[in-house]
Amino acid sequence: MTGLILILLAACLLAASGVPGLFAPGRAGWSERVAAGAMVLAGVFGLGGALFAGVGADASMEVAWGLPWGRFEVALDPVTRAFLLPVFLVPALGSVYGLGYWKQRENPGTGRRLRLFYGLMPAAMAMILISRDGVLFLLAWEVMALSAFFLVVTEDDRPEAREAGWVYFVATHVGTLSLFAMFVVMRQATGSFSLIPIEASGASAAVSNAVFVLAAIGFGLKAGLMPLHVWLPGAHANAPSHVSAVLSGVMLNMGIYGLIRMSGLWPTPPTWWGATLLGAGAVSAVVGIAYAIGQDDVKRLLAYSSIENMGIIAIGLGLALIGRATGQSEWAALGLGGAILHAWNHSLFKPLLFFGAGSVLHGTGTRRMDQLGGLAGRMPRTAVLFVIGSVAICALPPLNGFVSELLIYLGLFRTVTGGGVQWPAAAAPALGLAGGLAAAAFAKLCGTVFLGQPRSELSMRAHESTPIMLVPMAVLAVLCVALGIYPAAGAPLIDQAVGMWWSGAGPASPSILTMAPLGWLPLTSVALLGAGVGAYMVLRRAMKPGASPRPGTWDCGYAAPTRRMQYTGSSFSQTLVSLFSWALWPRVRRTKVRGLFPGSGRYRSEVPDAVLDRTVLPGVRIAADFLGWMRLLQQGQIQVYVLYVLLTVLVLFASMYMV
Amino acid sequence: MIDTIVQVVLLLVMPPLLLGVIVKTKAAFAGRVGAPLLQSYYDIIKLFRKGSVLSGTTTWVFLAGPAVTAVAVVLAGLVVPMGGQPAPIRFAGDLILFAYLLALGRFFTTLAALDTGSSFEGMGAAREVTFACLAEPAMFFGLLALARLTGGLSLSGLFGGQVLEAWTSAAPTMVLVLGGFFIVLLVENSRIPFDDPNTHLELTMIHEVMVLDHGGPALGTVLYGAAVKLFVLAAIVVRLAMPAWTDDPLLRWPVFAGSMLLVAVLIGVIESIMARLRLPLVPNLLMGACVLTAFGFVLVLGATS
Repeated sequence: MTGLILILLAACLLAASGVPGLFAPGRAGWSERVAAGAMVLAGVFGLGGALFAGVGADASMEVAWGLPWGRFEVALDPVTRAFLLPVFLVPALGSVYGLGYWKQRENPGTGRRLRLFYGLMPAAMAMILISRDGVLFLLAWEVMALSAFFLVVTEDDRPEAREAGWVYFVATHVGTLSLFAMFVVMRQATGSFSLIPIEASGASAAVSNAVFVLAAIGFGLKAGLMPLHVWLPGAHANAPSHVSAVLSGVMLNMGIYGLIRMSGLWPTPPTWWGATLLGAGAVSAVVGIAYAIGQDDVKRLLAYSSIENMGIIAIGLGLALIGRATGQSEWAALGLGGAILHAWNHSLFKPLLFFGAGSVLHGTGTRRMDQLGGLAGRMPRTAVLFVIGSVAICALPPLNGFVSELLIYLGLFRTVTGGGVQWPAAAAPALGLAGGLAAAAFAKLCGTVFLGQPRSELSMRAHESTPIMLVPMAVLAVLCVALGIYPAAGAPLIDQAVGMWWSGAGPASPSILTMAPLGWLPLTSVALLGAGVGAYMVLRRAMKPGASPRPGTWDCGYAAPTRRMQYTGSSFSQTLVSLFSWALWPRVRRTKVRGLFPGSGRYRSEVPDAVLDRTVLPGVRIAADFLGWMRLLQQGQIQVYVLYVLLTVLVLFASMYMV
Repeated sequence: MIDTIVQVVLLLVMPPLLLGVIVKTKAAFAGRVGAPLLQSYYDIIKLFRKGSVLSGTTTWVFLAGPAVTAVAVVLAGLVVPMGGQPAPIRFAGDLILFAYLLALGRFFTTLAALDTGSSFEGMGAAREVTFACLAEPAMFFGLLALARLTGGLSLSGLFGGQVLEAWTSAAPTMVLVLGGFFIVLLVENSRIPFDDPNTHLELTMIHEVMVLDHGGPALGTVLYGAAVKLFVLAAIVVRLAMPAWTDDPLLRWPVFAGSMLLVAVLIGVIESIMARLRLPLVPNLLMGACVLTAFGFVLVLGATS
């Protein structure tokens, strides 16, 4: 109970953190420090509540509220606890980072609004996680969605930010609509809005399937699974970087949480549920990261990589669901355990990378990779932290990303060594391909941004970020290394969460510690880290670097090389983009070469989002043409809209009495 | 214990010899005497004695590349069973560690290449990551097929005593998987037909051009790491191709070393009778390898092991 109260307290503190600033004068700096202090304090309360106040002890409470529908029923259980950790960690670090990144003095117009919603969004997410009632869940869900919208359009003077905001706004409401429908159907099946397990006999197959489809759409949109990802790249790219960090590192998890919570309500779901998630996950992982390779915008690349990571999580979850459907508790433990661990990991390295991208943006003023270069010399600390994040996100040992992918791989491999269905194993090569592509994408990102020579004046004049921005990044990097070296630390929390999810489905699920080599990993990780650093030291000593000043890179005798002649990020990715052109539909514009002495030419290539640019937006335009007459309803006067609300309520009451 | 020591010693000492054997084989085909068998050892020792020139563009990443790569491939060699014995490090899932250690080495080699800011090295890096992506599914389909046949989840299980059984029960799959792994061996080590280690035109190289700016001890580390990687992947191919193994402790290591040399001769023969593929054709061959192992995997699906 103490834990739950601490968490509620933390949520209140988060929600209130930006309020004092609203009354502060425009350029006063104290308000941002108050907000960040409140967020950090809330983070400490929340993490303490989730972790220390009675680990394993479930708690629930209900408070009377005056609304006619729904109940204020909240609870803390292992699944909730697992997802609460990033909610309290990342925004707190982000608010500290924001002290340097989005100074009130430099952004008097937007800072106060930004901080208000920056506190409100994680508060809403905490409420989503602890609520056990559909109405409360949806209320918190809407507060989160709207706060995120206002955060995305923080820079509403930029047309791209506004456009990204509207796309997000529409997408998130399509998702919410789907969730409304889901709760209504669930109420038909169970008689209440409460999130309680549905007995096998309680719901017909058609109702169960309808709930799953609606949940998959609603939560899949939030998690950004392909092809429901359309809002994600624009929103992540155009929001301020510490907002992108929370959107990507924490908000996407809400979709995953929803899928886990909903799928846990059925004792034996049909196999196709898991197959759908597995398939969507594999597509999101491969195509998502293929899109990432084609991007020139640092933050868009990171956004597409989030789609890949959500895909990996969905593969694990899909495997767990298939295990639940076919009674294989090992698959469930490895799949769901890997999915939860990967969600944690993604909440560590993706904010680290977004903070790093923000640091680059802050230091240079551009997000375009082909304008950058050579920043490892000018921003050495950011560069080291960014490389750590990249190694982690590519799932390379010895860092944390490797551990969670290892669990999911192990689960997939187990499908072919044991009895039962074997086709889920086909996701393993897809995961391998995604891993290879991720390494390519992040080699491109690190190489183009931090290595080589500056490609423009902007990156020539880059400056290193202040410690207030570097310290949050360092905290995340240390956590990445720690979880990579000693993943067994998280095993109890994961085992409890898996056990709770599995509890309705059969005898107790096995611990991931018994199935995965978490005991071996400290050895190999430490050996790799130690030997790697040792070899580097030895090599540096052996190199005896000679004459200074150091000469330039060997240019094959060419007399006048310029910085602009370096290999660009676009050229680095060209072969892969053309290999994946069947999925990416890259756009290339070039002038035709004519005659023996052609004039000057231009070449331009980009990889826009095929689903958004070629399907959704044209579809919306056509629909807008057909539905133009409905604009009559949109008068733009608030009284008219209040009238609409009143009429709707009257119609609803009338229909209730009729039935 | 003895076996572990022998494996570690062989893993650390023998790899450059394979390069020497390949060169000798190619020389024999061309009717030349060729460099001495131990030439790679001389080269590496010589390089470690030399001073070096570091480009002013480079940062710490430039030296981290060779260092991390060498460490990663040696660690990868410790999870691969050699000489018919289980590997020194073995646990459920070590096959994933193996694949991702190779990826770690590649990631840092690529970064070190990009660190120089040279277009040539950028090209090499781009090709390396592109071809590695395509080799990844081929390897995983092969591992899945072997996991299905042997019921193991570690390399020591996959390439353990049950390989012989697998050959008798599912020979077509084993042929396909062996073919797939041999292609992976060639592409991962940048051998003909994917890349010509002896070419003198930077524009067409893959691995060699990535390390163009490394000199002295750094180049020595690069050469050594590449040799170890060849050795490790060749050990897998040897185990697949030679399912029957002697139990005689005195005989098994000489047999292992001899068969490793045979693989080197085979690579030398391929390099002598084939030309390097045009770069646009390389992805086709890799997809072919992927289809081979995928087919091998599908063949064993459903069958009870």
